[in-house]
Amino acid sequence: MNAPILLNTSHFDQPWTLENYLKVGGYQALRKVIENKMTADEIIAEVKASGLRGRGGAGFPTGLKWSFMPKNYNGVKYLVCNSDEGEPGTCKDRDILRYNPHSLIEGMAIAAYTMQVQTGYNYVHGEIYEAYERMEDACEEARKAGYLGNNIIGSGFSFDLHNHMGYGAYVCGEETALLESIEGKKGQPRFKPPFPANYGLYGKPTTINNTETFASIPYIIREGGKKFADMGVPNSGGVKLFSISGHVNNPGNFEVPLGTPFKKLLEMAGGVRNGNKLKAVIPGGSSMPVLPGEIMMDLNMDFDSIQKAGSYLGTGAVIVMDETTCMVKALERLSYFYFEESCGQCTPCREGTGWLYRIVHRIEKGEGRPEDLDLLADLCENIAGRTICALGDAAAWPVQGFLKHFRSEFEYHIEHKRCLV
Amino acid sequence: MLSDQIKTRIDRELAKYPADQKQSAVMAALRFVQDEKGWISNDDMEDVAGYLGMPHMAVYEVATFYHMYNLKPMGKHTLTVCTNISCMLCGSSEVVDYLGKKLGIGLGEVTADGKFGLREGECFGACVDAPMFTINNKRLCGKLTNAKIDEILAELDKQ
Amino acid sequence: MINIEIDGKQLQVENGRSVIEAAHQAGIYIPHFCYHKKLSIAANCRMCLVQVEKAPKPLPACATPVAEGMKVYTASEQAVKAQKGVMEFLLINHPLDCPICDQGGECELQDLAVGYGGSASRYQEDKRVVLHKDIGPLVSAEEMSRCINCTRCVRFGVEVAGEMELGQAFRGEHAEIMSFVDGAVNSELSGNMIDLCPVGALTSKPFRYKARTWELSRRRAVSPHDSLGSNLAALVMNNRVMRVDPVENEELNECWISDRDRFSYEGLNSEERLTKPMLKQGGKWQEVDWQVALEYVANGLRQIGKEAGAAQIGALVSPGSTLEEMHLVQKLVRGLGSHNVDFRLRQSDFSADGKMQGAPWLGMKVAEVSSADRMLLVGSFLRKDHPLFASRIRQAVKRGAQVNLLHSADDDLLMKLANKAIVPPSELVPMLAQILQAVATSKGTHLHSSVQSLVQGVVVSATAKTIAENLAGGERAIILLGNFAQQHPQAAQLQLLSQHIAALSNARFGFIGEGANSVGGYIANAVPAEGGMNAAAMLASPRKAYLLMNVEPELDAHNGQLALEAMKSAEMVVAMSSYKHKAMDYADVMLPIAPFTETSGSFINAEGRLQGFRGAVKPLGETRPAWKVLRVLGNLLNISGFDYDTSEAVRDEVLGGRDVSASMNNTLQGLVVQPAPVSTGMQRVADVPLYATDSIVRRSAPLQATRDAQTPAVQMRSDDLAKLGIKAGDTVKVTMGQNTVQLTASVNEGLPAGVVRVAAGRAETAGLGAMFGAISVERV
Ligand SMILES: Cc1cc2nc3c(=O)[nH]c(=O)nc-3n(C[C@H](O)[C@H](O)[C@H](O)COP(=O)(O)O)c2cc1C
Ligand code: SF4
Ligand code: FES
Repeated sequence: MNAPILLNTSHFDQPWTLENYLKVGGYQALRKVIENKMTADEIIAEVKASGLRGRGGAGFPTGLKWSFMPKNYNGVKYLVCNSDEGEPGTCKDRDILRYNPHSLIEGMAIAAYTMQVQTGYNYVHGEIYEAYERMEDACEEARKAGYLGNNIIGSGFSFDLHNHMGYGAYVCGEETALLESIEGKKGQPRFKPPFPANYGLYGKPTTINNTETFASIPYIIREGGKKFADMGVPNSGGVKLFSISGHVNNPGNFEVPLGTPFKKLLEMAGGVRNGNKLKAVIPGGSSMPVLPGEIMMDLNMDFDSIQKAGSYLGTGAVIVMDETTCMVKALERLSYFYFEESCGQCTPCREGTGWLYRIVHRIEKGEGRPEDLDLLADLCENIAGRTICALGDAAAWPVQGFLKHFRSEFEYHIEHKRCLV
Repeated sequence: MLSDQIKTRIDRELAKYPADQKQSAVMAALRFVQDEKGWISNDDMEDVAGYLGMPHMAVYEVATFYHMYNLKPMGKHTLTVCTNISCMLCGSSEVVDYLGKKLGIGLGEVTADGKFGLREGECFGACVDAPMFTINNKRLCGKLTNAKIDEILAELDKQ
Repeated sequence: MINIEIDGKQLQVENGRSVIEAAHQAGIYIPHFCYHKKLSIAANCRMCLVQVEKAPKPLPACATPVAEGMKVYTASEQAVKAQKGVMEFLLINHPLDCPICDQGGECELQDLAVGYGGSASRYQEDKRVVLHKDIGPLVSAEEMSRCINCTRCVRFGVEVAGEMELGQAFRGEHAEIMSFVDGAVNSELSGNMIDLCPVGALTSKPFRYKARTWELSRRRAVSPHDSLGSNLAALVMNNRVMRVDPVENEELNECWISDRDRFSYEGLNSEERLTKPMLKQGGKWQEVDWQVALEYVANGLRQIGKEAGAAQIGALVSPGSTLEEMHLVQKLVRGLGSHNVDFRLRQSDFSADGKMQGAPWLGMKVAEVSSADRMLLVGSFLRKDHPLFASRIRQAVKRGAQVNLLHSADDDLLMKLANKAIVPPSELVPMLAQILQAVATSKGTHLHSSVQSLVQGVVVSATAKTIAENLAGGERAIILLGNFAQQHPQAAQLQLLSQHIAALSNARFGFIGEGANSVGGYIANAVPAEGGMNAAAMLASPRKAYLLMNVEPELDAHNGQLALEAMKSAEMVVAMSSYKHKAMDYADVMLPIAPFTETSGSFINAEGRLQGFRGAVKPLGETRPAWKVLRVLGNLLNISGFDYDTSEAVRDEVLGGRDVSASMNNTLQGLVVQPAPVSTGMQRVADVPLYATDSIVRRSAPLQATRDAQTPAVQMRSDDLAKLGIKAGDTVKVTMGQNTVQLTASVNEGLPAGVVRVAAGRAETAGLGAMFGAISVERV
């Protein structure tokens, strides 16, 4: 079966070429908005009808976000794509960049047309140089073919897109840190308000969406928002790319409708490795609270179902852990990550992430103390919701999740000074 | 002194940004320096600052904030191993151990002949290919096994 | 206006204000570290978290704008839990070295920790250690482990000082405040970072370990170093000034002071202090009683007056002298029958004397400079001459004001300039004339006859036209003449042109006076009149007797070499001074008089504001306040009206209930324009370096250790140097007229062609002569 939307060129030998993209209906949506002189309201209505929610992790309705851009504003505005993808477990955007770059370009061109933006930037994280190069080539190809640049397909509308490469900072995935980074500064998030729609890149109105969000747009415009929405479930419209990594036989990115049972997704990834027992799953990227395997096996992969179970769909990065996994060790690694990646401006995050890590590290080394678990819980409360950006929350949630569902394993570590598994 | 090649590459990046926002090219400029020299010295930072009309300290902030910049000499081939959760679950610590044993160095170190350097990285956003490393931040090698590592090292050794 | 409620108090707050501003307005304190009213909002410390009704989580009061109907609780359970949580995080890595910390007693962290900190630490891990840094002679960064990364210092540098010297390098827990490669912080405003630092990370280097803050008493003072009149607090222990802090005055220095104001006190207790009256007898200096010294002076003056005529007596007064001192000096001299008295030591053009309608002044309030939308700055090393005027203008530029510069050096003012005309000194008048002509042309007006001769034949350049248009485009345009313009040989013409440009472009104009009492000097009448000689004339035709008040002639006069020669040729020189200086070579009497911290007195600043002060400490040794010394001298000389009990009585006599502002007027009428001598060859441009302005700063060791106090070099454009076959670093011979000095050459591409820049106010260059004029440079 061909992947329906996001990876719809993957059956070609060279799925990334313009030629192949055109074969699967590429740039028809852009033509449609231009030739039909669709108004911004019409396009936004279509996007709203699609039920598309941001794929960057927060799930914010895309149509609504687009409507926040000041309308009768004559100055410069910007459109930014967030291909920073640093949330552990997540690697879906990379495949869009590598295999279907034109879907992103087309999606951004449509968004730019809608919001009357002339310049866009695509922020690609530094670790995937090949994907960045691929994007650079694709943009050049699109420019040559008249899909980017001045007077796009004779419409009088101009939009150019540039790629900006990150260089090793997870926090730059946070949209305002990303803007700072494009401005050539260190990636420290800005306090909001003001929101980017009013004060964004270089202080100008800016809309930021995730790669997958943009890449979903051409289909929505071409085929209609309703068709997209109907592929998913209520409140979780459309299809989504799920990255399944960890202890599965066949890790990979799978494009399936939202609402697909986790069980089915796990099957697509070849099941738990070596036929082992499923222990735990992080359903939406490392920041989201972990859920025990048995709970996951009954869940569908959509925003509401996962949230009801006490976690979030996030980026749709599913990290699978089998029975051999030491949950203390796993949390230690995660906590180290947030400690490493804190940008350092907010006191609770700068000081708290290191403290969290050091406690979990001690427990893992067999030097835990009985009061540590309560301390961890309290520190999490003092970090989450107290910071400029959500990295503070992202550092606290995994700790809270692990303690909620696997507390006994931590207690065992503290008491016996060794691992349970 | 920035080489002509670096300047040409920076100029190409500068074209992406508004004329009064030259600072936007600083990340790329530092990357180009590192591509050419393997690392970025304080002198290089001053040169970049001069070229882009930025305060030295602003360049230093950037160079020290983003972890892929090498602020000391690294190997001709610097391998950065992802040890984050998905990679860890798939054996990244074995990869680090194996590389360490083969190259005789630990994380953050360079072989005596300057050929290989080893670094630890955070999530590369390629988790389904775990475990993995990148070579000089350019080439990403995934689904590593000891045999595959041997092969890659041998190939690099020849260069 | 917006209605909000904070802790049950109903408030009306201006739209756009933050919750913390609203709270402060209502007298409710919200704990904070990163917030500072003069800096951008960083919202990074998170100390100011408060509960806001309907918000799901606590919000930072500093970054949350007020909204209609908002209800804020600053001390609710949620707010306090959040604040305590933040405090705990701030303390985990903070050293427990309060007992030895210089900030002890004035530490915002310490104060708040008492209220919000827990008793025992739950943090059992190792504390972070941050390496100390050396960032120069003024600011200590020896204890960076104490830093809480509030970034106030960084923001100050970027936003107020105009230069990013400190930054926050690395990230997360490793984040560190530092300069690039341990470089020094060179800003002329750097000391403010010490005040801004809420903890003991950045402290005063000279003050380090000198005293505990609670041992210090605060005494008000006013800066004697420039004409802003910054309000200071001298912190005193055991009758010694240990530190100087700003006293907030929004209308003058805001909450800042320049490094010169902050660290000059280190010169107060210099080894060179003169603490006893001294007489030179038989070529040898001897310490004597005041009585003996003063009688000697009185006799000497009387005798010279009698034998050679009173006109042989002249008095030179430093522009940083108090109003009272200036008044008594001129009264004394006039009492002796001479009118030779002047405080305008670096001025060279006195053709405006007698043609001014009043004392030259800023022409506006200092605060009004901030609201100007267009400015023309004529002849000013603004940043170094007047650091806080510069920062005020910098802030105005940030808010959209446009600044045009006409000057003879393109020093970086660390602000965006709309236009600049950098021309040799001889072109200053013609350039300003072009601007005037451009304004007149665009207005279609005829020029007043008084300036006709100046604009005759000028060809309006594109730059002049742009500047003229820029000025005319504003609603609140101002023209400011700086030190350089006032020292210029055609200063009066610059003034006249500015006056006419201002009139035509609906702008205001004025002078940023050089010294603390530049306006006061006129008010006290410490200027010649009725045939008296001005400062330059007194040196050009040497007098037989000189009275020097806090003057080091070779450093303070327009022509140092001439001044020195005049002193040497005099029969009697009475040096009233706080220091043993070069006068020891030529003077006959040295009278130790009190510097500003040891006397009462007053200054009238650039805007005409009279600010009085008392002595912060008792005079050192046998030093006496100069007004008392002059009183006794007056009595000894039997000059009537010298019976004052207090310095206030002197002041009352000067002002006599008079309104100072009525005596200030920049209008120049009836100036006879003398054509400037045609200049050929190279011309000198002389700045007076920041830490060479007066005798106190010259003796402040920490200031003298800064980059700004480096030995001056000869600066020229590289093409001019090349023409002479000179390379940067070469030792060169610099000549003006008969005078020659040797200096090192250096490149300054910001100079106009044909210009040689050599600083004045420095011993190394004093032998060169006038601050303006023909100069030549050759290899040795
Ligand atoms: C610490 C942090 C990291 C983030 N990383 C990413 C990322 O890598 N990619 C991404 O698209 N969004 C990321 N986000 C979310 C973005 O801030 C933003 O919500 C998103 O790009 C909006 O796009 P969307 O509406 O299309 O989802 C991150 C947020 C935080 C707080
Ligand atoms: S929460 Fe952490 S990462 Fe986010 S802005 Fe604050 S310190 Fe930086
Ligand atoms: S004072 Fe508000 S966050 Fe620091």
